[in-house]
Parts: sequence; structure tokens; C-alpha cells
Amino acid sequence: MIRAENIYKSFGDNEVLKGIDFTFETGKTNLIIGKSGAGKTVLLKILVGLMDPTQGHVWYHDRDLVEMSKEETRQLRMDVGMLFQGNALFDSMTVEENIRFPLDMFTNQKMKPKRERVNFCLEEVSLAGINDKFPSEISGGMQKRVGIARAIVLEPKYLFCDEPNSGLDPKTAIKIDELISEITVQHNMTTVINTHDMNSVMEIGQNICLLDMGKLAWQGNKSEVMETTNETLESFIFASPFLQKLRAKALSK
Amino acid sequence: MYDIGVGSLMIVFVISIFIGAVTAVQFAYQLGNSFIPPYYIGYIVRDMTIIELAPTFTCLVLAGKVGSNMAAEIGGMRQKEHIDAMEIMGVNTSAYLVMPKLLAALIMIPILVSISALISNLGGYLASVPTGFYSHSEYVQGLRSFFIPWNVVMMYVKAVTFAFILTSVSCYQGYFVKGGSIELGAASTRAVVFSDILILIADYIIAIVLTI
Repeated sequence: MIRAENIYKSFGDNEVLKGIDFTFETGKTNLIIGKSGAGKTVLLKILVGLMDPTQGHVWYHDRDLVEMSKEETRQLRMDVGMLFQGNALFDSMTVEENIRFPLDMFTNQKMKPKRERVNFCLEEVSLAGINDKFPSEISGGMQKRVGIARAIVLEPKYLFCDEPNSGLDPKTAIKIDELISEITVQHNMTTVINTHDMNSVMEIGQNICLLDMGKLAWQGNKSEVMETTNETLESFIFASPFLQKLRAKALSK
Repeated sequence: MYDIGVGSLMIVFVISIFIGAVTAVQFAYQLGNSFIPPYYIGYIVRDMTIIELAPTFTCLVLAGKVGSNMAAEIGGMRQKEHIDAMEIMGVNTSAYLVMPKLLAALIMIPILVSISALISNLGGYLASVPTGFYSHSEYVQGLRSFFIPWNVVMMYVKAVTFAFILTSVSCYQGYFVKGGSIELGAASTRAVVFSDILILIADYIIAIVLTI
């Protein structure tokens, strides 16, 4: 469980987050959604410790990330995996070297167990056998999956995904969503996903936090989305006429 | 280490030949028709290159070649979120990315400067002996006269200091780059300009401290 408590963040006079309180639950896919500029990425970076809040606390169970020493933060990060929007795969390394990188950094394992772990993770993301390829030699969807494999290689308790579907076609995006959802359940992780993809919201939104102008505008789950009367959520989710029609049909039934 | 050292050999070789050659020709011109013995040209070329030209010229050129490369490489990693990814993995990114480059530069640049000093003296020889300015024995006599080992120490002090400056400034510019490709280009330019200015300032300070 991760709890954001009264998070404020300002850049000069620009207050981006204004008192966010939200609990990201274990074993569930927790979504942070909102329009561009709502503060999603800033909140994610604060949750993961890449940015300090101006005020507030981030609780990893009973440990406050904001108050942690550098060594404590380093220890915590062994339990954290992250999938970046642009994948952040190291171009000069092969797929295997990319996935093995956290193992090289954090463990004293010999090469054989490390290779076995890399192969296991590649199988988890259905990419067995591409160990020697370079990131530039595989598709965007495959790069995302390699990013996920790298994020889970240390068996983290917390998984963060920044726009996991950006730049992917709808079919591949759904596969990535399903994969993240499966891994979350399998490993009982606390998964936090920053997205504005509506399919993700409706497919894997088990615990959703809607940000608007830096404030928590709504919280709930995917089944509550269709019945919402929250104006901010309605204007965000059903912005497209196509979805408005679908919703009208669903409600009429 | 390979990129900084072996990768820079050709450029160091080319500039060093011309440093020595130009120094020899210029001084031959200035000393012409004077009462100064001809073999002094070898002595002047040797000390000029060891004390000043080899470390300073080499490091100014390396700031452009190696420094801009370091800034662009680390800046590119910042922009592609590679550094953030490493931070998440608990890696001390400044140590992981900067320290190997710094160590490589501190080892390789003094070696390159030594090579530069050697090649410069050869350049001076090639410009003055085969062309008939001076004889082989005059030049060699000059090279072997009035040698002060302290000058070599001064050369290495400069080489190590300049190596530290160009690496740390370039890595800093790359590490803290913000924005897109235009900002990355600007950071790369700043890395070279700031390195060059700081190298020249350090050159002056070292000259004062070690010679007075």
C-alpha cells in the first residue's frame, strides 16, 4: 500500500498539486488519470521519489519516503520497478543486458542465475528468445514489454507505469494493460499507472484517482465510472462523441 | 578510456606536429640575424611545448572533441529518461556515469599530453632540419640543453588539472540538461566554451603558482 498524504507541489508561483490525499492499494491496478497538465506525472514522480513534494508525505506502508535517508531510499528502491513513457531502455545494451542491469547493480549473483531470471522475465512478458536483440531492433510494443520485464526482474513490491500505452496501437495497448494487470495479481504488487487512455480506465481501473487542476477530483473504480455524476469525470472520460453514445446505450439498458 | 585515449590519438598527433613545426619556424624567424646560437631553437621548442603548448593546446582541443561528446552522451541519457531509470533502480547516477569518465580522462589525458609533447618536438625537427634552417646536430643539441625536470612536472600538473576541468564541466552540463535537442546542443556548446575558459584561467594560475 502506498498513501499520498496532503501532497503539495509548486514550481515557483505555479502550484501543480494542491493537497492530494489518496491510497494506492496492494494487489490492484491503481490509475492516476486526468487531462494533460493536471499534475499526473508530477504526482507519479513524487510517489516514486524522483521529485520531492513541497509539502506532504508519501507512505510506503509505515515508512515515509519524504523523511527517508539516502540509504533507506536506496533500500526501498530495490522494491520498486518502473516502466517509463519512453521505455528508457539503454540503446547500447542488448535486451538481456537491459533486463539484467538491476540484477548487476543490486545482487552478487553469478551469471547463470541472472540469465535464468532474465529468461523467466522474458517468458513472463511473452518475449522468450530475443535476448541478443538491441532495443532499436524490436517494435515499440516489444520495447514496452522489455521495459516491464526489466521493471519486475527484482520482484518488486511496487510497480509504477508512466503512460504505458503511449505510442501503441489499441490492440497492443490492450495487451500491455492485460500484462500489467496479470503481473500485479500474480505478484501481489501495488501498481500505480499514470494514463489518459480510456481503454485502460475501463479495462484495468480497479482503483482510480482523477486529478484536475492539481486537485483530487474523483476516486472510484471502473464500474463506478459509467454511473458517475461527477462533472469533471464525465467531461474527461466521455469527451469523445463515440464514448458518449456508448454510455447512453449502456445506461438505457 | 579507449574513446578518450585511442580515439583522440589522431587529432592529438596532427595538432602536435603543427604546434612543433610552427613554433620552430616562428622562432627561427625571430632569432634570425641575432647572436643567439642556432641550437637554441631545439631548446625553445622543447620547453615551449612541454610547459605550455602540449598541455594547453591538447586539452583545448580535447574539450571540443571529448567534452562535447560527454555532454551530449549524458544529456541524451537525461532526455531519454535513462538517468531517471537508473535512479529508480537505486543507482548513484552521478558516480556511475561521471566517475568512469573522470578516471579515464585523468589517466588518458596526461598520456596524450606526453605524446603531444614528443610529437611536437618531432614536428619542430621536421620543420627546421629537412628544410635547411638548422642542422640535425644543432637541433638535437638544443633539445638536450638546459633541461629542467620540474618543467615536466608542470606539464603533468596542467594535464591533470585540465583533464579534471574538461570532464567535470562537460558532465555537469550534460547531467543537468533540460528540454529537447536544441537545449542539448546548447549544453554541448556550453561544455566546450566553459571548459576552454576555465582551462585558460587554470593555465594562468598554475603558471603563477609553479613558476614564481
